[in-house]
Amino acid sequence: MLSSWRLQLLMTRIALYIASTLIVVWSVAPFLWQLSTSFQEDRLLSSPTPNFLPWPGTLDHFRNIFVEKQFHLYIINSAIVAGLTTLFCLAIGGAAAFALARLRVYYHFGILGLILSVSMFPQIAIVAPLYLTASALGLMNTYTILVIIYLSLGLPLVIWVLFGYFQTIPREIDEAAIIDGAGPLRLMISVILPMSLPGFVTTGLLAFIMAWNEFMFALAFTSGVERQTIPVGIANFTNLYYVPWGDLAAASVVVTLPLVMLVLAFQRWIIQGLTQGAVKE
Amino acid sequence: MTTLPSAGLAAGSRRSTRLGRRSRAERWAPLLFLLPAVFTLATVSVYPVLDGMRLSLRNTMLSTQEDEFVGLSNYIRLTGDPQFWSAWQHTMLFTAASTLLETALGLAMALVLYETFKGRGWVRAAMLVPWAIPTVVTSKMFGWLFDGQHGVINWLLLQSGLIDNYINWYGDSRTALLTIIIADVWKTTPFMALLLLAGLQTVPHSLVEASRIDGAGPWQSFWSIRLPLLFTPLLIAGMFRALDAFRIFDLVYVLTGGGPADSTEVLSTLSYKVLFSGLDFGYGSALSAAMFITEALIALCFGLFIVRRMRRDNG
Repeated sequence: MLSSWRLQLLMTRIALYIASTLIVVWSVAPFLWQLSTSFQEDRLLSSPTPNFLPWPGTLDHFRNIFVEKQFHLYIINSAIVAGLTTLFCLAIGGAAAFALARLRVYYHFGILGLILSVSMFPQIAIVAPLYLTASALGLMNTYTILVIIYLSLGLPLVIWVLFGYFQTIPREIDEAAIIDGAGPLRLMISVILPMSLPGFVTTGLLAFIMAWNEFMFALAFTSGVERQTIPVGIANFTNLYYVPWGDLAAASVVVTLPLVMLVLAFQRWIIQGLTQGAVKE
Repeated sequence: MTTLPSAGLAAGSRRSTRLGRRSRAERWAPLLFLLPAVFTLATVSVYPVLDGMRLSLRNTMLSTQEDEFVGLSNYIRLTGDPQFWSAWQHTMLFTAASTLLETALGLAMALVLYETFKGRGWVRAAMLVPWAIPTVVTSKMFGWLFDGQHGVINWLLLQSGLIDNYINWYGDSRTALLTIIIADVWKTTPFMALLLLAGLQTVPHSLVEASRIDGAGPWQSFWSIRLPLLFTPLLIAGMFRALDAFRIFDLVYVLTGGGPADSTEVLSTLSYKVLFSGLDFGYGSALSAAMFITEALIALCFGLFIVRRMRRDNG
């Protein structure tokens, strides 16, 4: 009896390890293949049998993307747009989430629901009207228009996640601060903000990733390497006669590696922040 | 905003004025804090949707400068447009297939991660990788993996004897949409799993334990205890996934551009082409309005189902 029970336990363990290995392979293998591809010569990439390890390695693809395709310009554009978006998202979204979570607002769950439903709009539905408005205002092909659009795309998520964070801070702290004479702004900046710094870091990261990865609006509203962001640059990476898979892999690695590092470093906070809303349901 | 700091900075000696000011600040502060966000969303998201509805009733052409009110004629043209209906079908098929696959696979992954074992943190961290990768990069990555000539997937399938000849995955109209579904499932499933895991962790452990003591196997306890309790979170996660899948753009636009032979054309890519290649802003707006309506209907169906389910759970 006992031994069969033990056997079953052992089998369960083994099944668990196999399943989790599969999950890891599923999640990471395509990216690792891209990493390996980025260091392989074109000759190896077009051989009938794939080479899994980049040996002999080459840095040609990295040289190609930076020297011939001016990839650093796309990176600078993306960094500016995503950085500004993150700052504005945190300032504006933080204030809104603070009001909804800590101040007396009527129908605050209704307002939250409305804000969330805005994020469910099909984005293609706002491209045409925004395009006409941006042309009329002379905002085409500027950082400004991208930041404004990304701000509105990012705000619902930022408000939602920060709202969850603020709710976890005990209310007694507010009362103490108000008795000490702090107004709402003071309460937000010197009491709530320092206490929810992890929340701001996570939310900022989410907003940054959203802006860094966005493609459709960047495609429609910018033209030319002076303002185009990375996704547009990568999408346009084609050669007249063949697809430069090696260069594409190198570009993918360059734009993804920092993101992957950031995400791995903050994974605990990200998972916590993103799943808070789901748990509350 | 300028009046707010004074409420907090007022000196203690002017007690009466400070109280007066604070109550005024208290009344206006929430509005002032909300205003920038509400203003941004109203002008950049809500107003353009309404403006798009207006455009859909006009024949705005950027190439010929036409711009007149034409009533419902764009919508009438839409109902008879085979391109629209085929894109509508592809979009619905993609939405249904990817949502179902991602929810089922995500649930399976979440159940694995629910158990405690060494290295679980690493597995969870690895699962964030597909989510963090830009979708455009995912498209190119799958373009390389599923390449018809040198793709490693073809090679692996041939070596393991599952196929006899290389398949031209996204270059063949029979398999192109499938390739896009696979790429989307790869990218989104791990994230779905993390959401569902959070839902699973709210199921009281004592319930599972109790069923185990009563002699229920792991399979039985899953079907009779965890799944019923998880049903509402599953529906909610499924709804968000379906609404998001319905607006798919990046993957299709970059991987196939809607081809071959329009076999992967979805509503977002079709609208984009009508808008920016055809420069037909009137008709393009009618297309996106039709999308908006379909999306609202999907949300409504899920919403009704969820509300009914919640009522039953609580009553």
